[in-house]
Amino acid sequence: MGKPKVSSDWLAGCAGCHMSLLDMDERIATVLELADLRSTPITDLKEPDATGVDVGILEGAISNTYNEEVAQKMRQRCKILVALGDCAVFGGVPAMRNFFTIEESLRRAYVETESTDESGKIPDDPELAVPTKVRALQDVVPVDVFVPGCPPDADTIFYVLAELAQGRIPEVKGDKLHWH
Amino acid sequence: MVTQKITIEPVTRIEGHAKVTIRMNDAGKVDHAYLHVNEFRGFEKFCEGRMVFEMPLITPRICGICPVSHHLASAKTGDAIYGATPPHPASLLRELMHMGQIVQSHGMHFFELAGPDLLLGFDADPAIRNVAGLLAADPALTLKAVNLRKWGQEIIHTLGGRRVHPNFAIPGGVNKALTAQERETILAGLDDSIATIQVGIAIIKDWAEKNAEDIDKFAVFATGYMGLVDQNNALELYDGQLRMTDSRGKQLEKFEPSHYLDYIAEHVENWSYLKFPYYKKMGYPQGVYRVGPLGRCNNSESITTPLANEELNKFKALNPGKPVENTLLYHYARLIETLYAAENVRLLLDDPDILSTDILNTCRNIQPEGVGVIEAPRGTLIHHYKVNENAQITSVNLIVSTGHNNWAMSEAVDSVAKAYITGPDIREGMLNRVEAAIRAHDPCLSCSTHAVGQMPIILEMVDSDGKLIESVTRD
Ligand code: SF4
Repeated sequence: MGKPKVSSDWLAGCAGCHMSLLDMDERIATVLELADLRSTPITDLKEPDATGVDVGILEGAISNTYNEEVAQKMRQRCKILVALGDCAVFGGVPAMRNFFTIEESLRRAYVETESTDESGKIPDDPELAVPTKVRALQDVVPVDVFVPGCPPDADTIFYVLAELAQGRIPEVKGDKLHWH
Repeated sequence: MVTQKITIEPVTRIEGHAKVTIRMNDAGKVDHAYLHVNEFRGFEKFCEGRMVFEMPLITPRICGICPVSHHLASAKTGDAIYGATPPHPASLLRELMHMGQIVQSHGMHFFELAGPDLLLGFDADPAIRNVAGLLAADPALTLKAVNLRKWGQEIIHTLGGRRVHPNFAIPGGVNKALTAQERETILAGLDDSIATIQVGIAIIKDWAEKNAEDIDKFAVFATGYMGLVDQNNALELYDGQLRMTDSRGKQLEKFEPSHYLDYIAEHVENWSYLKFPYYKKMGYPQGVYRVGPLGRCNNSESITTPLANEELNKFKALNPGKPVENTLLYHYARLIETLYAAENVRLLLDDPDILSTDILNTCRNIQPEGVGVIEAPRGTLIHHYKVNENAQITSVNLIVSTGHNNWAMSEAVDSVAKAYITGPDIREGMLNRVEAAIRAHDPCLSCSTHAVGQMPIILEMVDSDGKLIESVTRD
């Protein structure tokens, strides 16, 4: 068997979980030895291989139709799906939007803000994703591994990746849930 | 006759998600290329009802690459609302944290995100055109880059307890003083960091010499510029006055950041969730301007640290007496600022007040509104909150760094598409150049998507009725 293939992507998150992944510093070289990094936001392949990958990692909540598509494609193409960080695990900060209607939030941003000029309108071009209620990843697709934290500690992410790359399902508990 | 549309989605090696659609005309030439920022998150609405002191912890979740910018801009807004000017040592410590962030964010962008294009080539195999490919090609350099980012992140960690989403600045000051031991640890990494930044500067200059054609063909256009400066118009990143200059380098305005609404307005286009800020008196689009490293280096007359100032003079000599307009030179400007940030770390650590424990002003003289402005790695970041008598938020307006560059990024995408896609034979390297036009701005689309978010690129072919004929995604 070759190295396990790993893909990742971000949904409605802040990129902080991917930053925490880079915060493993020089250990990133170890991860690259253990795993074959395929599509990720920092590589140039655009989506997980059509032939499938072993591990799929998603950061961020589901907040629009495009997030749903990305999550579904990742689920179809990966064997083990990891929800990385609070946004993916339970909705996190983006889910605060659910206290308001989508219309209220859009009107505030594109019409009512003090600096918006008279061109203010809610963008609705067909190229754009349509905002939805904000949900956790598992509300849209089945998830195999949950890694909470905002963001999870780099040590925890390293442990999770190293376990997965060696064919084991990581147990995220005890110290691994302690993030500073 | 078939009109084509090419879609590049997602744009990679940028922060956040974007999508580019390139519409081709009947003659097979590029008609117009659009940059769609494709996500909306709604921080401006859902922060309503929160307490002002919560904002420095909520708003960093807009962006995990430069969370410190939101953390500090939010705390500065809180200072204004509480009427609590931070004591001098607290301002020094905040600035120190900010310098750590500039180093980690700029350093990562140059080596890990843009580096693969510059060091491996725009036309390199997309499967290896990334940091792993860089590691294979030059392990020693990649390790240096990793250590540079680590040094910056550790400054943040030391002060705020964590690398991403630190807890440090609060309205009126900060919640932790620096110890003598911590000061020594930061100093110990300084010389290596400066050396790595200088290696980066040598790389970009060498690259610029060898790729003069790309640089001159690649998104060169006139705009205004904006950024914070001090009283002598020297570069400022933490505090100062906002200065705007025009396309010839002449000063248009210099004003207190709290008056931003008199000078800046935002235009909305239907095809993007990212708004288009402009200089109000000139209108849209005549009043568009650029921010971030290129904007700031054009907009500042000097830099207060010697090594960076020497580089700034060389940068300015590229177009004597006028602003440098080449989008690819963002990379050079970014490293000049990184050098300044590292040199400034030394100045801050040498300040006699840096170890003081006088770090919090507890005044609570609640004002109805406040504005906090900072130069984030990617440009001017504006937070503006209104509160009720309990300092509970009633409204939030955010203008994020990447927003100011929205027009310029769109223009760069359009101009690079037109320059490189000239016939029916569309190759991956051409599309990667279109992406590189965006990447040069180091956009932070999570930030722009406080109100906005996903930025994918796609080339789609549509007929004249808009029906999709073919979609080319890079794979
Ligand atoms: S969990 Fe936190 S760090 Fe991760 S994407 Fe969400 S807000 Fe960012």
